[in-house]
Amino acid sequence: MERIIFHIDCNKFYASVECLHRPEIRNLPVAVGGSEKSRHGIILTKNEIASKYDLKVGEPLWSARKKCPNLVIIPPNFPLYMRFSKEVRRILTDYTDIIEPFGIDESWIDVSAVAHLYGGAEKLAYIIKERIKAELGITVSVGVSFNKVFAKLGSDYKKPDAVTVITKENFKKIVWPLPANDLLYIGPATYRTLQKHYRYTIGDVANSDLKSLQKWLGKVGIMLHSYANGYDLTPVYKGELLPNIKSISNSTTTPRDLKSFEEVKAVLFVLTESVCRRLREQCFKCSVVKIYLRDKDLATASTQKKLKYPTDITREIFQTACSLFAQNYNFNKPLRSVGIAVTDFSSCDCPVQYDFLIDTKKKMQLEKIDKTVDILKKRYGNFTIQSASLLKTADITNFNPHDDHIIHPVGVLKNKI
Amino acid sequence: MCKKVYVEVNAKFEKDGNIIPQSIIWEDETVYKIDKITDICVAASLKAGGSGIRYTCLIKGVQTYLFLEKDRWFVEAKK
Repeated sequence: MERIIFHIDCNKFYASVECLHRPEIRNLPVAVGGSEKSRHGIILTKNEIASKYDLKVGEPLWSARKKCPNLVIIPPNFPLYMRFSKEVRRILTDYTDIIEPFGIDESWIDVSAVAHLYGGAEKLAYIIKERIKAELGITVSVGVSFNKVFAKLGSDYKKPDAVTVITKENFKKIVWPLPANDLLYIGPATYRTLQKHYRYTIGDVANSDLKSLQKWLGKVGIMLHSYANGYDLTPVYKGELLPNIKSISNSTTTPRDLKSFEEVKAVLFVLTESVCRRLREQCFKCSVVKIYLRDKDLATASTQKKLKYPTDITREIFQTACSLFAQNYNFNKPLRSVGIAVTDFSSCDCPVQYDFLIDTKKKMQLEKIDKTVDILKKRYGNFTIQSASLLKTADITNFNPHDDHIIHPVGVLKNKI
Repeated sequence: MCKKVYVEVNAKFEKDGNIIPQSIIWEDETVYKIDKITDICVAASLKAGGSGIRYTCLIKGVQTYLFLEKDRWFVEAKK
């Protein structure tokens, strides 16, 4: 049986949700942007009207205002967007349980088994699109196809508020003339390589010799060849099955540059606390700690350390992060962003054999403290209990990475290469 | 044009979990009894700006939409 896969993309998601809630700005150019004071002043998304002014996602707000002086800039309201994302999912679960979210505003669903009940794939796509519009007041574009890659292409092909059907019969006509970088996983670097070899469209990639593609791009070349020819057989993963989490991280750009070890320590502590809380929520221990630094000239560096024993204790991970920092940075330039990631997970129930020199009693005490802090924060909010050392640096540590962190699309390839 | 007005509501919480609004208390504390609910569905209010469970209510013979948005009630009021 041929698969029927939809890719549902909420059009200009943040801006649409904001425009729904503020009828008075619906006919104006609107952008959702971070706070300039906190130096997060970039465009996160914009509405259709603002798009006409050639505004780009990620563009600084000052530059956007230059291009479009009457631009309405709205601060992001992530809890509201999460609510709408869940609402979209609620509607999708009425049709199938095979739903794979891709970021906050996109999902693949597999409706192979149910589409006939609604009069076919295209009709079902329209039903879902119209329901989302009526119930949530936002528009989506739906790509309908026989594999995930073409379904995603379909949802990008015509927007907003549209359905595009790409079948085995018409894909050569619809997909092949598109520029190669429209295909999932062809980024700027890959596209440049392809252009160098005179491969400009998806059709060019599809009709290329497999060996040449492999020579230019390695394994990715083979994969792109199969994507372009519609051979992608990747299943739609059920969201619940996805937690094949490989790393947990948090990073932040601070409202002002960090000039001393004390300041970096304070910011690292807030980030570590959040990362460790998320680690414990997943019932994991980590064996590798990684820090990420970006200086005021936007040069970045990262470094990591393998731990002797897996841990989920905030203090241990924090100390590792601090020692990594101290060993690797000499403050020749102030820092703009700091981040921490933990990887190499094992289950928190997995027994660990320590050597004699480890103070296990102390470890158990620290575990108890973490557990208590987690409960307090969960029940009464993140700022209920805080380290006293943060009071000195409240201007740079007054943020909540645990609840504000946003889910970015996971790499589609993470299980493949 | 419409504006979004959050209102107080007296509601009946039924055994099976349904919430049925009985009356709306307006900003000036006037109580408007809901005579009949003709429809309940999830819907967006493009006029007032929001979305939630929409109760189509008859109040003194006039049809009014009352929305339960997460845990707050609002109506589409004339400006």
